Amino acid sequence: MKLEQSSLTSREIITPIISVILALLVGAVFILIVGENPIEAYWVLFSNSLIGVSSIAATLQRATPLIFTGLAVAFAFRCGLFNIGAEGQLYVGAMAAVIVGVSFSGIPKVIHLPMAIIAGMLAGGLWASIPGLLKAKLGVHEVINTIMMNFIAYFLTDYLVTGPFHGGRWTPETARVFPTAELSRLFPPTRLNTGIFIAIAAIILVYFILWRTRFGYEIRAVGFNPTAAEYGGISVSRNMVMAMVFSGALASLAGVEQILGVHGRFIQRFSPDLGFMGIAVALLGKNHPVGVFFAAVLFGALRTGAAAMDRLTDVPRELVVIIQALIIMFVAAEELTRRLIQRRRRA
Amino acid sequence: MENILELKNITKRFPGVVANDNISLDIKAGEIHALVGENGSGKSTLMNILYGLYNADEGEIYLRGEKTRITEPKQAIDHGIGMVFQHFMLVEPLTVFENVILGSEPQKRGFIDFKGAEREVARLSKEYGLKVETKSRVEDISVGQQQRLEILKALYRKAEILILDEPTAVLTPQETDELFQVMRNLKEQGTTIIFISHKIREVMEISDRVSVLRRGKLVGTKNTSATSRPELAEMMVGREVLLEVEKEKAQRGEKIFSVSDLEVRDQRGTKRVKGVSLEIHSGEILGIAGVEGNGQQEMVEAITGLLRTEKGKIYLDGKELQNLGAMQVKKKRIGYIPEDRHKRGLILDFNVADNMILGFHTEPPFVQRFFIRNEKAIKENAEKLVEEYDVRPPNIQQQVSTFSGGNQQKIIAAREFSRKPRFLICSQPTRGLDIGSIEFIHSQIIDQRDKGAGILLVSAELDEILSLSDRIAVMYEGRIVGEMPIEEADEKKLGSLMLGGEAGEDKGGDEVEAGTK
Repeated sequence: MKLEQSSLTSREIITPIISVILALLVGAVFILIVGENPIEAYWVLFSNSLIGVSSIAATLQRATPLIFTGLAVAFAFRCGLFNIGAEGQLYVGAMAAVIVGVSFSGIPKVIHLPMAIIAGMLAGGLWASIPGLLKAKLGVHEVINTIMMNFIAYFLTDYLVTGPFHGGRWTPETARVFPTAELSRLFPPTRLNTGIFIAIAAIILVYFILWRTRFGYEIRAVGFNPTAAEYGGISVSRNMVMAMVFSGALASLAGVEQILGVHGRFIQRFSPDLGFMGIAVALLGKNHPVGVFFAAVLFGALRTGAAAMDRLTDVPRELVVIIQALIIMFVAAEELTRRLIQRRRRA
Repeated sequence: MENILELKNITKRFPGVVANDNISLDIKAGEIHALVGENGSGKSTLMNILYGLYNADEGEIYLRGEKTRITEPKQAIDHGIGMVFQHFMLVEPLTVFENVILGSEPQKRGFIDFKGAEREVARLSKEYGLKVETKSRVEDISVGQQQRLEILKALYRKAEILILDEPTAVLTPQETDELFQVMRNLKEQGTTIIFISHKIREVMEISDRVSVLRRGKLVGTKNTSATSRPELAEMMVGREVLLEVEKEKAQRGEKIFSVSDLEVRDQRGTKRVKGVSLEIHSGEILGIAGVEGNGQQEMVEAITGLLRTEKGKIYLDGKELQNLGAMQVKKKRIGYIPEDRHKRGLILDFNVADNMILGFHTEPPFVQRFFIRNEKAIKENAEKLVEEYDVRPPNIQQQVSTFSGGNQQKIIAAREFSRKPRFLICSQPTRGLDIGSIEFIHSQIIDQRDKGAGILLVSAELDEILSLSDRIAVMYEGRIVGEMPIEEADEKKLGSLMLGGEAGEDKGGDEVEAGTK
């Protein structure tokens, strides 16, 4: 019996978990090739990312932007749109937040910080509305447009960070934002900041919007069957544009968090592909806000533990990239994974 | 006549159901043997076993007296069994003859012998009276021709036993007649045909013998000449069935709906409705007869606000309705059972409860302050309607894609009727449904009429038009070419109007051929 509901089905929970296990097993082969003990290497990897306050804080800090970009991709996907432009949206959002962060001084934090965050969200949302409009009005495929918008975003922010908003030092970065626009650190020396609370609020908000509001109902209806949605009086084009705006705003929060909570300034091309990682996070999280949280934490943990593993064993940190790639591959090949499970059950 | 094929004690189990339960069936050489049954009775499973797509758990197949094991379609083809599926398996950009030879291309010095192949395909087409232009691209030919192409594919592979799985489900009445002619030609040439259907009328017309399946079991095999429609219906459903709709004479009330001089273009910009005027009163059903594709769908979609009205007026209770958009039209208590329930009527990935509010999801009580859904009201609404309309299984959390066609249609009817529509549009309301569901939907439509709704019924099934309507209008090439009260209508009269002439000349054939040029 197939149920359509807001919670994940057992299959939707099991396949990602199996995929992760399979990826770790294949990863173990690579560790053996390097001549290390896989159990030891994995112990180093996960004990340094999941045990102890500072480890967990570091993991959550790396997870925070991935939660935002994962939610962004998942939200658009629920409306049937594949947003590959989270990377560009987060750059534009970060730049807007920085501009607000460096331009006003002497106003209280309760005003300045929200102003910077909202500026970032507006910029990211507007940026994403362009491919949304092109898709809704002209039928131009959003994958093409979001990719192209990424490049425009890179070069636009390149210009702004080296030109009008250059910080005066020799490196391509802006001036530091005023402290009133910064997200406070929670567990120094880790860079975990109050952005994690915004991320958790975003998870709850996305869940609530999708399954408890009229807007979410319409978004999902358009995503599943646009012609039936139209029959039900739902405007397909309006919902597509709105879904992209929301998605872009969510993606931009990743950039905002990096700027106001981690770097304190906009650094040219600061993002280590956070937007593209969001696609993997959404895929592993089955486009569900709760799934996105766990997927983001897993990826955050892998990145955090990688440094320790690199330091303490002979296994290079690049192993986690292999593991991430394998996870994505196994999730994408869901059918294959399921057959592997079934065969084991029969045996 | 000897038996060309014997199925003995075939049993096939799927998780939770026995799809075929100890079925034994004999097929005589050269006969047209109809296999009928409600949806899910096991007809297709049985034929898929014969064609090697499924393997039976128990039982044997005897072909021309010899025990034969068929475990994959290739073996079936080698044994002279061909199958035409409901959903065609064609490569659209390729030509007809290229599709025919695909997979068994005749070779000449290592190259494909296109010329020889085309000649052979053309010869076969002519021999069996299939009338398909061998050099046309598949994407350019009509559905009826695509189906005959599928038959041609089987014949090219030397099929002696041809299985047709619900072939008429996708055809217009004219195309059905043409198919039957082809089937008669094939029979004359000695081909054995197994014809799967759930339309009793067609079975009575074309078959020599008929076998009835119900819930995976064979109920019986009859000589068609020795049985009757009511008897077959009863065998299929397991109880007596009302083939005729029971209804009182219409209590015609005041005029509630009209269109005048309506013109509509389809999405490609072709004018499909060319000046239609209609009037519908409260408490009556106006049936629109016509071959599909003569503008009916565009007219309906303009009325429901899904397509733009280019010219003309649409009135409900004297107020103009054109170009208001689907949401506004819905709010005016216009119910609509769309032609394509999977594409338009339902969101298959949603559960029953969410489908039951589609179109009403913006209204109280389903939405409260700040656009937040009222889960309690949504649940109660679904529970009430599921019970009232006997949707099975009665699980409102279950995804709609897992329901049978009949129950899916009940979900749509429940939703559209629940808001007490003033005006109701039913477009092909029973397409693809089994007898039991058709009976139910028909009685619900009559019930709405008796409650005072005005109803516009669009159907390609003349039977349905004739049994439900109080008045009938015939649509041809975007115009109403005739209108009459039910008392004056008969199949012959409507049929000739549907083909665009009072003279009754056979234009159906031309229309199909036109696609090839």
